[in-house]
Order: sequence, then C-alpha cells, then structure tokens
Amino acid sequence: MAMIAVEDLSVAFGSGESLVHAVDGVSFQVEAGDTFGLVGESGCGKSTILRALSGLNDHWHGQIIIDGARLEPKRQRSFFKKVQMVFQDPYGSLHPRHTVNTTLMEPIAIHGLDRADQRIAQVLEQVGLGPAFRFRYPHQLSGGQRQRVAIARALILEPKILLLDEPTSALDVSVQAEILNLLADIRSQARLTCILVSHDLAVIAHMCHRLAVMNQGKIYEELTVDDLAGNRPRHSYTRQLLQASLGYDRRLAAAATLADDGLDSGAA
Amino acid sequence: MTGNAHSTAVSAPSHQGWHAWLTAEVTTSPRQASFQRMYFGWLRFLRNPLAVIGLVILVALLLVAILAPWLAQYEVNEQNLTTRLQPPSGDHWLGTDELGRDIYSRLVYGSRITLYIACLVAVIAAPLGLIIGTTAGYFGGWTDTVLMRITDVFLSFPGLVLALAFVAALGPGIENAVIAIALTAWPPIARLARAETLTIRSSDYIAATRIQGASSVRIIVKHVVPMCMPSVIVRITLNMAGIILTAAGLGFLGLGAQPPMPEWGAMLSTGRQYMIGSWWLAAMPGLAILLTSLAFNLFGDGLRDVLDPRTE
Repeated sequence: MAMIAVEDLSVAFGSGESLVHAVDGVSFQVEAGDTFGLVGESGCGKSTILRALSGLNDHWHGQIIIDGARLEPKRQRSFFKKVQMVFQDPYGSLHPRHTVNTTLMEPIAIHGLDRADQRIAQVLEQVGLGPAFRFRYPHQLSGGQRQRVAIARALILEPKILLLDEPTSALDVSVQAEILNLLADIRSQARLTCILVSHDLAVIAHMCHRLAVMNQGKIYEELTVDDLAGNRPRHSYTRQLLQASLGYDRRLAAAATLADDGLDSGAA
Repeated sequence: MTGNAHSTAVSAPSHQGWHAWLTAEVTTSPRQASFQRMYFGWLRFLRNPLAVIGLVILVALLLVAILAPWLAQYEVNEQNLTTRLQPPSGDHWLGTDELGRDIYSRLVYGSRITLYIACLVAVIAAPLGLIIGTTAGYFGGWTDTVLMRITDVFLSFPGLVLALAFVAALGPGIENAVIAIALTAWPPIARLARAETLTIRSSDYIAATRIQGASSVRIIVKHVVPMCMPSVIVRITLNMAGIILTAAGLGFLGLGAQPPMPEWGAMLSTGRQYMIGSWWLAAMPGLAILLTSLAFNLFGDGLRDVLDPRTE
C-alpha cells in the first residue's frame, strides 16, 4: 500500500471575489521508500501541498492518507514523529537566539524522548556536523551548515516521511550538491519516503523516482525520472519546462528575434 | 543539560584562560556559548561611550541607594528650624529645605524610592505587556481583537490621568502609585510585543517548531518571547524617565509618596514655592531626576544596539 495517498486535495485562500485556488483537486500516491518530486514554477501550489501535508495549513479539502491513517486537518502530536519537514531558507528556519543544541533539544523535550545527549551527538554526526557545532548560534554558521542543522532537526524524531521544500534553492551552487548528496544518503540509510518540491528539474532528476509537473494548482502530468531523462514528456508545459531548464539557447533566441524582426518590417 | 560530558570538559578554565575561554572558536557547553554571547555583547556595548556613561550613572545610583546610611550626612527626616533654607555650604553640601532638613541626605535616601518605583513598575508592566501582546499577535483573530481593544482603551487615556484614577480608587501611597503606573505602562509594551510577534509568527522557525508538535503556549513562551525580549527591555528602559516623572507627578498631587518620604518629585514640587529665594530646593532634586532619566535613556540606546538580533 502507498505510504502517502493524496486524493482530490484542494486548498483555497481568500473568499468571495478574491478566492484563489492555490491547489485544485490534486491526487497522487507515493510508495514507501520512494521519493516523489513536485516541480513547477513559483506560485503553482507545490509548497502549499507540503504545508497541507505537514499540518501547517489546516484549510484544505479532500483526503490525505499517510501510512494507512486518514488525516484530519488538526494533527495529533504523534503525527509529527512520523512526518517532518525541511524548509527552503536555512536563514529563516533556525531560531536566531537558540544554539544548535537548543534547537535540537526542542523536539526531544516536546516528545519526551530519552538519551537526549546521545541523540543529538548522533544526529549531528549523521548530517556531517561534528560536535564542535553543537553550541553555536545560527549566525556563526554558513548557509550549508544551517541547512544541515535544519535537516538534523527533522531527523532527530526519526520520521518515516520527510517533506523537502526546495531544500537547496537558497544555497550556493557548490553547497547544493553536498546537501543533495547528504539527503540521498540519509534517505537510503533510514529508508525514508520523501516528497521533494523544487522548481529545478536537475535537482528533481537527481533525487526522485517519480515526479509530477504542476501549474496553476493542478498536476499536468506524472512521469518517471526515466521519461524525464529520455526527454519524453507528453504535456506541452513539461516540454516548455524542460527546454527552459537547458538554459539560454542561442538558436531559440535567434528564432525568436527573427520572428520579431519579421513582425516589425511587416508593420513598417 | 548539567552534568553531561560536554559541559564538564571545559567548564573550569584557569584564571589566565578566561579570555581564551570567552573567545574560543569552538564552544563546548551551553554555558560557554551564552557567556561568549554576553561577552561579545558587552564588547559591543563598550563601543558606545554615551551608553557607558549611562550605565556608570545607574551603577552609581544603585551604590548610593545601597550605601545610603553611610553616605548621608544627617538623618533623613531630621528637622532643624534654625537652619532652614540654608544655601549649599560645607555643613549642608546641597543646602537645606524649608524645615531645615539636609537636601543631600534626602536625595541619597530618595534614590532608594526612585529605584524601587522604577524596578517594580518594570517587573509588573514588562511581563504583563509581553504576555498580552504576544498572545494577541500569535493567535490573531478574536483573541487579537479583544486584547487589542482593551489595550486601546488603556492607551486612550493620558498616563497620568489614568494613574490618578487608579490611585484615587486604591488609595494614596507609594505601593498603589507603583501599581497605578504599571497599569498605565503596559499598553505600549503590549503593542510593541504584538507587532514583533506578527513578524515572528509567520517565520519558518516557528513553523518548524509547530510541526515538531509544540503547543501554542510552548511556542509563545520559548520561541516568541525571547525574540520580543530585547525590544521590550529597551522600551521599558527608555520609558523609565517617564515612569519616574509620573511618580513625581503623583507625589506632587499628594497621591504618591507621602510626606515626609524623601521622594524626588515630591521634594521638587515643595521646592517650587521657594524657587525665587532658594533655588537649590527645586534645582537639586530636579537635577537628580534629570541625571537619572538621562542615564536610563543613554543606557537604553546602548542596550538596543547590543540586543538587536539584526546587528549580529
């Protein structure tokens, strides 16, 4: 059975005239141990899906089933032991006045876990930060180190599901690869089920087994990474995204300029 | 966290190791981390000479209050009608008042009252404002509306008038004056805390705490309040001058400190009647109030530079 099953999920903001359907009837399934990618441009609703899944947003309709249990908008504390999330911006996701130690102590205290010291040392080791980082404040850390702390915080509760909201887009290119490799390692070690949200097809291709392309709150198509690698998209929007991901294309740009010139001369 | 392997390893630095311990690149215990933070804050504070002057005056004031019995030349309420309205001299450093009491000695004892009022108001108003402001800001909706309208009602009265009403209801006296002033001092703090909370509550680190399963109370107390603390501390420090003046105003109207208490504001207002002939009656307590208010303001400015998380 699927670890995560989302059925006809809708999230709307505002009311009346200004009602916006951020997510509009989305359905997908993620098998245990798989990594599912959600890709699309900014504002397409991919992060909103994660916020509904994680319980940060409780104004949703539809059905979410995680590990066989149907979710209510309001979550029990035990839910958070199962599902954790890593945020996009490591500069905003760590409390500026808490040391790494305090940040990692918090989930342990909330869930009343034992062996706090060992757990923290172990999880820091796991994300590649030595004990030297344990009593530092966020402002004493680099972006990549901060994101490692954020990952450690998500892992310390030993979740089954990890929701990743653009975990590398706020980082330096050189650091992005490190963090992605770290996430891939942790995923296989802990056999995590992940949902990765990104606008970067390269990141998705590197991390995911399957992915869904989203635009304007809807899933346009679902495809496997092999389809993506083999450049076999069915939907025109996916093709557009793929093309955009290849970067600046001289021929395409030239064609566009020619077309413009033709229009100009026609007008004159 | 006490007693874990990390905190015992480097928690007993030798005396010449203090500086190294405070500036170590790698901190090895929560205590060292927070001491280091305070040390760097202290260094930043020292870079502001005016703030240091403020701190020095406040420390001096504190010492004067503690050592009052040894510093005073005369008994605080010792009257001597043969030496009334004496100008400053060797016998009476700051002169005597209309009942022949030594002004210097009274000022020295009065510092205790001033500090007592300032501290008590801060201790009552700051937590009250913080709790109301952060609760309103964090929950929003109806909670916010109700709490903030109550705050608005308190804010819409001038502080002194509201304090007058409270003292009239509670009865005159220094304790009631303190309660009355505290009740007028919390609304600006609540507003400030609410505004700060509005920006904090939508941040990712609060979201991260929420999806760890933290309760609202836990989030407010452990995550929101520490972020509001610096601006509240700065605000209450900068408000101290106003608080001291309000206390003096209540004393002047006979609703605050009761005679013969050597409260500075009360001394100032009695001195007013003798201003033409004996300027020192009003000038000396006035100077003391001015100096203390100024010190609180300078110190508050310096604190803001140190405590603002954006400067780190």
